[in-house]
Amino acid sequence: MTYTIEGKTGAWEIVVGLEVHAQVISHSKLFSGASASYGGEPNTHVSLVDAGFPGMLPVLNQECVAQAIRTGLGLRARINLESRFDRKNYFYADLPTGYQISQFTHPIVGEGTVEIELSDGTVRHIGITRLHMEQDAGKSMHDQDPARSFIDLNRAGVALMEIVSEPDIRCPEEAGAYLRKLRQILRYLGTCDGNMEEGSMRADVNVSVRKAGEPFRTRCEIKNVNSIRYVMHAIEVEATRQIEVWEDGVEVDQETRLFDPARNETRSLRSKEDAHDYRYFPDPDLLPLVVEQAWVDELERGLPELPDDKRDRFVKEYGIPRYDASVLVAEQAIADYYEEVAKGRDARLAANWVTGDLFGALNRTGRTITDSPISAAALGGMLDLVSDKTINGKIAKEVFEDMLETGDSAADIVERKGLKQVTDTGAIDAAVADVMARNADKVEEYRGGKDRLFGFFVGQVMKAMAGKANPAMVNEALKKVL
Amino acid sequence: MSLTELTIADAASGLRARKFSAVELVRAHTDAIDALNPRLNAYITPTREAALKAAQQADEALVKGEARSLTGIPLGIKDLFCTNGVRTTAASNILKNFVPPYESTVTANLLRDGAVFVGKTNLDEFAMGSANITSAFGPVENPWKRNGDDAALVPGGSSGGSAAAVAAGLAMGATGTDTGGSIRQPAAYCGIVGLKPTYGRCSRFGTIAYASSLDQAGPMARSVRDCAIMLQSMAGFDERDSTSVNCDVPDYSAAVGRSLKGLKVGIPAEYRAEGLSAEIAAAWQQGIEWLKAAGCEIVDVSLPHTKYGLATYYIVAPAECSSNLARYDGLRFGERVPGDTLDAMYEATRRAGFGPEVRRRIMMGTYVLSAGYYDAYYLKAQKVRTLIRRDFTEAFQKVDVLLTPTAPTPAFAQGEQSDDPVQMYLNDIFTVPASMAGMPAMSVPVGLGATGLPLGLQLIGRPFDEETLLATGSALEQAAGFTHRPAIRAEATK
Repeated sequence: MTYTIEGKTGAWEIVVGLEVHAQVISHSKLFSGASASYGGEPNTHVSLVDAGFPGMLPVLNQECVAQAIRTGLGLRARINLESRFDRKNYFYADLPTGYQISQFTHPIVGEGTVEIELSDGTVRHIGITRLHMEQDAGKSMHDQDPARSFIDLNRAGVALMEIVSEPDIRCPEEAGAYLRKLRQILRYLGTCDGNMEEGSMRADVNVSVRKAGEPFRTRCEIKNVNSIRYVMHAIEVEATRQIEVWEDGVEVDQETRLFDPARNETRSLRSKEDAHDYRYFPDPDLLPLVVEQAWVDELERGLPELPDDKRDRFVKEYGIPRYDASVLVAEQAIADYYEEVAKGRDARLAANWVTGDLFGALNRTGRTITDSPISAAALGGMLDLVSDKTINGKIAKEVFEDMLETGDSAADIVERKGLKQVTDTGAIDAAVADVMARNADKVEEYRGGKDRLFGFFVGQVMKAMAGKANPAMVNEALKKVL
Repeated sequence: MSLTELTIADAASGLRARKFSAVELVRAHTDAIDALNPRLNAYITPTREAALKAAQQADEALVKGEARSLTGIPLGIKDLFCTNGVRTTAASNILKNFVPPYESTVTANLLRDGAVFVGKTNLDEFAMGSANITSAFGPVENPWKRNGDDAALVPGGSSGGSAAAVAAGLAMGATGTDTGGSIRQPAAYCGIVGLKPTYGRCSRFGTIAYASSLDQAGPMARSVRDCAIMLQSMAGFDERDSTSVNCDVPDYSAAVGRSLKGLKVGIPAEYRAEGLSAEIAAAWQQGIEWLKAAGCEIVDVSLPHTKYGLATYYIVAPAECSSNLARYDGLRFGERVPGDTLDAMYEATRRAGFGPEVRRRIMMGTYVLSAGYYDAYYLKAQKVRTLIRRDFTEAFQKVDVLLTPTAPTPAFAQGEQSDDPVQMYLNDIFTVPASMAGMPAMSVPVGLGATGLPLGLQLIGRPFDEETLLATGSALEQAAGFTHRPAIRAEATK
């Protein structure tokens, strides 16, 4: 599938690379013991180190390093046993020390790859260039008071992972799929909550365009896009803009831009000419970071099953289609839910119920799998009633709706409403005879060759028996008399 | 003997023998500060009341037999060490009202061992200088005088306040920090002993940073033994400083007076540089003879990259300082000058807050780190630094300790060199290489020059072998019998 944008001079291809900032899940900050939790009154999660007080020194938090290594392993990437922290110096009011500690020349994680799957089933691999650790900045406001600045350093020093992709992305859909996959992996690993609304995951988008077969042209960076949908929009909008610039016979300037979703446009933030000179150099307060292979191995052994592996296992173990398996592994909690429902039961039936009725109900009620009104055990209980033919599939839908509303177990509902399937041949035969008698004309037509009417008779019999008849037995009885 | 003339070692035994009380000892020093500080300007912030209170507690501890190595000993603290609740300025306007709510590890260690802080000593602003003339709180005067000349001399820098206070009897010892010679050079100028330990030996936590990869705290005192006692307290691993080294602290006092039989002393040819005064060359030769007499073997060695030391230092140190001082922007602490925009506020604040020498080094550092020049300057300097370190490593395969002059000249008068920054930087030509290599080094006074000013010799040791420095230093001290005292001193005013 080749995605192109049609310009006046023909088709253009787009080239996209993403830099994702993912906030590390950790108890404390990258270089201090202060809490790294989100929210809280301003300046309640701040140590003297975070505030850049004179004489304060950073001390690397091992937990954050472990999280970065786990993430690297989850991205099937090379773990660099020796890495280094640099200072990135620039005047920015939100940086208490006047520099950011970041890994520049020697990141902890090197090349890796992420597999994505598109809606048409195409599988692609997006290269990861690197993953490095760095500190988040604080927040300051200078326009609230003429003589004072308001500063909140709760975020200052929180560990971030910057995950840089190769410019392998060729369409907005791939960008979306890549971000969703990345988020899924991070969440599985428990290294980042992937919450873009709270800013714990944000993306810088590098976009350029070219004619097929050309080398890369000038790229622009769109900073800090905070939803997957916006990333996809921004790529399209920016690519279209660049195509217009090129087709007007002008060069695209390398610059940093902002995406304005309200006006569906990107705007220049700063040009290359006034780009920052960050004045990197190795942070003299920190020793090079050296990790043992044995520790990396230990972290690898402790990794959870990753989504791709889980999907493949589901296909193999439960015999469900790859697409269904992908849907079920989208989140660890869904996968766990499904496995509980499927265990010892008809796994395909379980998959249909989870991806169909349950997801529908969750969507309708605005809930997630973790606060599902029907537990995996309860859904399993209902499926057991279907399997042992206590209820049929149609009644099961009714029971499911009741479960949603009342929270009662399927067995209780069947009992209370008297929904038990009728398997008494006498009752079925009687209903069949009655339907035949009342629809003599249709019987004639059927016998005259109008086979399609069979469904009509089934429906009438089921209706007469309030849906509780065993459908297989009804079929059999009808075939006999017809 | 006056209480302000005692060594720490003697005062500690005097206190234990109840010859005098800690309050008497401390009061003698705070009185001396009251009398002489208006002239010497060795202290930015004397802490008389707190010191007398601490002295009372020291006396109580002495009575209870709970005295530790420094109980009741009055010390000056370079105003680069953050002291809990006591103004800490780095001799800069930008921090002139900064009161830290925390204690540096080094000063906390000294307090743990019972020391009494009599005040915060003056220094070059943010420790940038070799003459203690860049302080926002005014220059420090060296208590020594040239023969027949009343010109005010510089005490050296940047720990000039500490050196002057110790020499003049306004403290029994003082803390210094040494980045390129800031302990050793003022020690030489003021006729005292100053020890820069191995980088990583003393924690940098709570010490205001100048150039982080070089800064190291160390003791300044009137005897080698006193430096050993102070270092014993100051040194040690600190998990709050990632560059502090986790290795045992030996018994430094035990090294003082140790036999030097068979010790190999290296004499690096490259230190016979131009600009080395004849009297210092003579003092150096005298030192060589003394160590020979003490049983040492003298070995000629070469440190071929010495000539690049100063140039490299003036790339690395400003680079780090430009980064370390970026936090002083008027936003969170320190002085703030309003401006129409945020950038204007930064500019006005930093222009008003930093003196010319600090601004010069920030500019140099910003330049050498900037994108187009990083490879040519900073990266090249780091490579040369590696070569300098290798010189020392190779020399120490042949010898145990190196002997060199500390500074090319004795103390000079205020104003004599201040108009030429490069000339000023040359004062550190002998001290900088050991700093670049992270080696421990010490300056010991060995005599007086023709004009009556003290001359110091420098000993440079293997990493974490401060003991050999102390042993060799005490041999020089013994041989020199340096008992001279400066013209301006506590006892002299009585």
